[in-house]
Amino acid sequence: MTPATLASAGLDTGDTAWLLASTALVLLMTPGLALFYGGMVRTKSVLNMLMMSFVSIALVTVVWLVAGYSLAFGDDTFAGLIGGLDHVGMVGIGPDDLTGSVPTLLFTTFQLTFAILTAALVSGAIADRMKFAAWLVFVPVWTLLVYVPVAHWVWGPGGWIRDSLGALDFAGGLVVEITCGASGLALALVIGPRIGFGKDAMRPHNLPMVMLGAGLLWFGWLGFNGGSALGANGLAAASILNTLVAGCTGLLGWLFVEQRRDGHPTTFGAASGVVAGLVAITPACGTVGVLGAGVVGLVAGVICSYAVAWKFRFGYDDSLDVVGVHFVGGVVGTLLIGLFATATMTGGPEGLLQGGGVDQLVRQAVAVIAVAAYTFLVTYGIGRVIDRLMGVRASEEEELTGLDQTVHAESAYDHGGPGLAAAQTPGR
Amino acid sequence: MKLITAVVKPHRLDEVKTALQDLGVNGMTVTEASGYGRQHGHTEVYRGAEYRVDLVPKIRIEVLVEDADAEPVLEAMVRAARTGKIGDGKVWAMPVETAVRVRTGERGPEAL
Repeated sequence: MTPATLASAGLDTGDTAWLLASTALVLLMTPGLALFYGGMVRTKSVLNMLMMSFVSIALVTVVWLVAGYSLAFGDDTFAGLIGGLDHVGMVGIGPDDLTGSVPTLLFTTFQLTFAILTAALVSGAIADRMKFAAWLVFVPVWTLLVYVPVAHWVWGPGGWIRDSLGALDFAGGLVVEITCGASGLALALVIGPRIGFGKDAMRPHNLPMVMLGAGLLWFGWLGFNGGSALGANGLAAASILNTLVAGCTGLLGWLFVEQRRDGHPTTFGAASGVVAGLVAITPACGTVGVLGAGVVGLVAGVICSYAVAWKFRFGYDDSLDVVGVHFVGGVVGTLLIGLFATATMTGGPEGLLQGGGVDQLVRQAVAVIAVAAYTFLVTYGIGRVIDRLMGVRASEEEELTGLDQTVHAESAYDHGGPGLAAAQTPGR
Repeated sequence: MKLITAVVKPHRLDEVKTALQDLGVNGMTVTEASGYGRQHGHTEVYRGAEYRVDLVPKIRIEVLVEDADAEPVLEAMVRAARTGKIGDGKVWAMPVETAVRVRTGERGPEAL
């Protein structure tokens, strides 16, 4: 739901309290993602993986408050494509200003946590090999040129996808999942595969960390989707239930495929299945019923478990499967709205299986293609320009040694060893 | 003197240690090791991608004994380390020219 769909009827303390809690929940997703991604990489670059998520919190917050919010959620200035600059630096917005029934300052903070997570998600595609300095440049530029416009199209006042096209995206299938997935693919193509990709075993170094991260993501996701109702109401409750259900069926779907295909139901598969289900229900959680949510999660769990193998087939190194899980899951969820959307949830459009015809499905498909194409092309361009200006990829030696040591001068784990004690020099 | 070396499954360490203590063996050196024999490790699956893990975790136990004790110690280690499953490991004995106790300078059997 977006602010313009809510009539401003004064501050509602219940709504505000729920959105305050939801904002905290969504912010927790980024450290959760850091653990999720951190456990998936090799020991030599786990700190770099964590850092890319943590600096995204800092970078996107600055960009969002300086100009991002205004361009995404300010009044439309050009054909539903971009907002205005009226609120640059949050000028003109005080504690008493409202968006719907909640303070605008809270609404923008809630939305900020989405932008942070989306940027951090992209880092999964370029794990182990991107220059940290290049990431520091990429995140602010990408936020302004990709995330902010797409957020305006889909959620902003006058945004063309929402107002002209009529596609539905409750909590970010287009804005979060498809943008991070298409961007991950573009950046992975710019930067190239890791040394040894397809030949060396690049096993996750810490699966308990992956499970902890997935658990934190699931926890935060209740605020991500439930908070998107922008109120403490039945729609928030339905979204939370749908989110829970889809995570469960996503997990079961992925494990089913693993058992049949590989003979083992794995913990990594369980964590991945949960995330796939959650990704897919994100756009749909406020538009489908509980049964629809279960199907959305199940379909995503099954399809994504196959999609993660695409990188080996086509040769792009989307290291941690941003494409296979987030892009594919986002597309699945966004399209299935066209089948399962029910008027009892949307208050209007219905999907094909609810008797609404193919109209909504077509709208959803057009939105997917538009967002994916724009995101891919612009991100590819940003990547190429940064590469020309400063180089986007770490040196071969840095990559082989590991970015933890070469970039951050740290290592994640103290394995002891004869060299370490002698190297300790207090005061240096 | 003989050096008895055993490369065995990590979870059999306590049994081997107890068996050697029962025989009156005073000391042992244990290191973490990895390797493979005929079974060549195992396969692990991550998101559908299979990885062959050849080197599996083992422990390496080394014991210095007098010549006469070598055979009973070797047999005790084999007995204690055996599970009957593939990957139980190997035990072997080698002649040792001399041994010195660092603290006292004693040499030969006195140093054990």
